[in-house]
Amino acid sequence: MTERISSREQLNALRDKYTAAIEHEPVRILVCAGTGCQASGSLAVWEKMSELAAGTEVSVEFGAEIAHGKNFPAVHKSGCLGFCEQGPLVRIEPLGVLYTKVKPEDCEEIFDVTVRNKDIVHRLLYKNKITGEECFNQDEIPFYKGQTRVVLRTCGKIDPESIDEAIAAGEYQALAKALFTMSQEEVIKTVLDSKLRGRGGGGFVAGKKWQQVAGQPEKIRYIVCNGDEGDPGAFMDCSIMEGDPHRMIEGMIIAAYAVGAQEGYIYVRAEYPLAVKRLNLAIKQATERGLLGDNILGSGFSFRLNINRGAGAFVCGEGSALTASIEGKRGMPRVKPPRTVEQGLFGKPTVLNNVETYANVPQIILDGAEWYRSIGTENSPGTKTFALTGAVRNTGLVEVPFGITPRKIIFDIGGGIRNDKKFKAVQIGGPSGGCLTESQLDEPLDFDSVKKLGVIVGSGGLVVMDEDTCMVEVARFFMEFTHRESCGKCVPCREGTLRMLETLERIVAGQGEMKDIDELRTLADLIIHTALCGLGKSAPLPVVSTLNAFPEEYIAHIQDKKCPAHVCQKLKQYIIDEAKCRSCSKCARGCPVQAIDGKPKVPYVINQDKCIKCGACQSACPFKAIYVA
Amino acid sequence: MLDQSFYTKTDEILSKYPAQERSLIPIIHEVQEAYNYVPLELLPYIAKHIGITETKAYSVASFYERFSFEPKGKYIIRVCDGTACHVRNSLPVLERLREELGLSSQKKTTDDMLFTVETVSCLGACSLAPALMVNDHVHPAMTPDKATEMLKTLREEDAKS
Ligand SMILES: Cc1cc2nc3c(=O)[nH]c(=O)nc-3n(C[C@H](O)[C@H](O)[C@H](O)COP(=O)(O)O)c2cc1C
Ligand code: SF4
Repeated sequence: MTERISSREQLNALRDKYTAAIEHEPVRILVCAGTGCQASGSLAVWEKMSELAAGTEVSVEFGAEIAHGKNFPAVHKSGCLGFCEQGPLVRIEPLGVLYTKVKPEDCEEIFDVTVRNKDIVHRLLYKNKITGEECFNQDEIPFYKGQTRVVLRTCGKIDPESIDEAIAAGEYQALAKALFTMSQEEVIKTVLDSKLRGRGGGGFVAGKKWQQVAGQPEKIRYIVCNGDEGDPGAFMDCSIMEGDPHRMIEGMIIAAYAVGAQEGYIYVRAEYPLAVKRLNLAIKQATERGLLGDNILGSGFSFRLNINRGAGAFVCGEGSALTASIEGKRGMPRVKPPRTVEQGLFGKPTVLNNVETYANVPQIILDGAEWYRSIGTENSPGTKTFALTGAVRNTGLVEVPFGITPRKIIFDIGGGIRNDKKFKAVQIGGPSGGCLTESQLDEPLDFDSVKKLGVIVGSGGLVVMDEDTCMVEVARFFMEFTHRESCGKCVPCREGTLRMLETLERIVAGQGEMKDIDELRTLADLIIHTALCGLGKSAPLPVVSTLNAFPEEYIAHIQDKKCPAHVCQKLKQYIIDEAKCRSCSKCARGCPVQAIDGKPKVPYVINQDKCIKCGACQSACPFKAIYVA
Repeated sequence: MLDQSFYTKTDEILSKYPAQERSLIPIIHEVQEAYNYVPLELLPYIAKHIGITETKAYSVASFYERFSFEPKGKYIIRVCDGTACHVRNSLPVLERLREELGLSSQKKTTDDMLFTVETVSCLGACSLAPALMVNDHVHPAMTPDKATEMLKTLREEDAKS
């Protein structure tokens, strides 16, 4: 039976007890069990490690005295360490060594060398890609060096399925501080003073929302967490929910205390089964411990938390659609006002914040508003997590202070472009954002600066694109996404995105005309100004942004019928290199539309009019004689 | 007409939730998890139980992409077409799967009910792009050849069970 914590003193005593217990673990093996590492097979590594640990007693040289019978290595699953590209990751404490790309076969060696003899398995260390040097621990790896971890400070260091570890790591301390030493007004004031801004895309000042909800005459109030993260190319919230669910839950309880809410909801994408599982577990454990539910920590304050799963509609990330979905309705945005803070969930005043926004709250309460404002920039204090993906060497989850330049993120942390290709653009803000080009890489990255560049910080997807990416195709991709996800409530979005998509499809198929560019701009303007919700209003942005930054690519598609990056299928030309062709006839036999002719001893030729650009000939050619122009 | 067992199972699910409109989506989720799809015949039954109209239940269930009224295969393969996967060539993987299984964007499930192939806008495994998910399991860094290999493994797994 788990102990219920009914006072601040008991919480502190438990924290000390668990901290001591962890220190007494002679060796602590943390196997990353985030979505990325699990996909790379980390659970098999964890199983093998656990098996080995069960039979291995180790002599203990680190740490303090040993609790009786505790001298077995402890194996835990941890949350996302961020460096997903190099997964499965294994961290061994107290040595602090980080092993990359670990396979079950490596486990015995790790046990022999590191666990028993405190030595290093050199081949599993990360090697600096430029200097070739071995990196012993996280701090030596360039990927981590440039980061500042506030929200992710515990992520990867504790087992997210154990509330004891969260308590040992100091979680729920901020809640106790708020409940026992601060008035509701003081909590709101601290959050206001910290200038914490919403991380879900809009950048709205969180404290203001809280203040507005606290000031409503209606006393039934709700706290809602937006974990819908529908932006394709983003997984920050996913990692937080999976890796350190208690931090975010603690933030929600503090918000509830501040505004006097009795009940809360976490809305999570159904595509994140692991996050759903861990959140459910975290809520169950917190409730058993008396950190959720009635009379939290004996303070007299009560708060219940529920989880709702999304069902695959991107538009449900929008506030009013999200609350409609929790109510059991179609997730469609409604006209505002009334705003969510006045009439949100079930028509009651509601605080709606993003996962990362809530996860920032506990540290602000603990260390104060001034400390928080010392990180980041004046108007965008704190850090932001980004999902760094695409054509960059080190992909993964990063957390950096606002004001950092995109160049630092991509080239220092990200290690530059893969396969020594050339950087072309970085897409920020997903389907509601746009791209930054080479000349904009040294601008500070914060809410207000990027707005001036015509893009938004958005939720935090950073997709790096190299010279092999066709920007027109990228614009088409996003437009297809927003069109598919449009809820259909208002005409500019429903029909406008379709018109824009059709135009883009014509252009990538080589059937565009120069007037299409003007038409795209006119439609974009119309949709931006007349659509009801953020989905429609921002849908044209990826098109406008690529039109501004890469007009020549659009023109190449339209006038020269060429795709400069050789991506657009219909504009590809398959050509047989006469010098390499041995007239083997394999290509002609492989062509599904008989577009290839030839005779023995004479190079074969592709009839471009008949060719459907399927690429079958290229795969069929044993001499690599067929290339794409 | 659905077998009585469907209603027994549904009763079991219904008993877990308050009989209110807000329970509709969680209930449909669970029904879909039990059968891999939402049998249309169950909607009026659920609607009546939680006190909403049949049309309302249908309008909600049909709004959400994730709910399907068509039976799905034993293995549901969701190919990620998020931005990161898209720029790292997820399309050829999707095409290979469809080609091998004789499926298309219209026909999503094989006749033997073993496989369903669909796309999903993001799985959150962007750093291991291109990724796909088989039921709840993510497969990273896919290529068309790995996809073929994966189908083979799944077929073997099915033959054993
Ligand atoms: C179409 C659309 C999708 C959105 N998706 C999300 C999302 O996935 N996660 C999120 O936190 N906010 C999303 N938002 C923003 C929310 O409407 C809302 O501003 C946010 O959750 C508020 O929290 P914050 O102030 O903490 O950022 C979306 C907005 C729109 C218009
Ligand atoms: S802008 Fe689009 S998504 Fe938003 S309400 Fe209108 S149709 Fe729906």
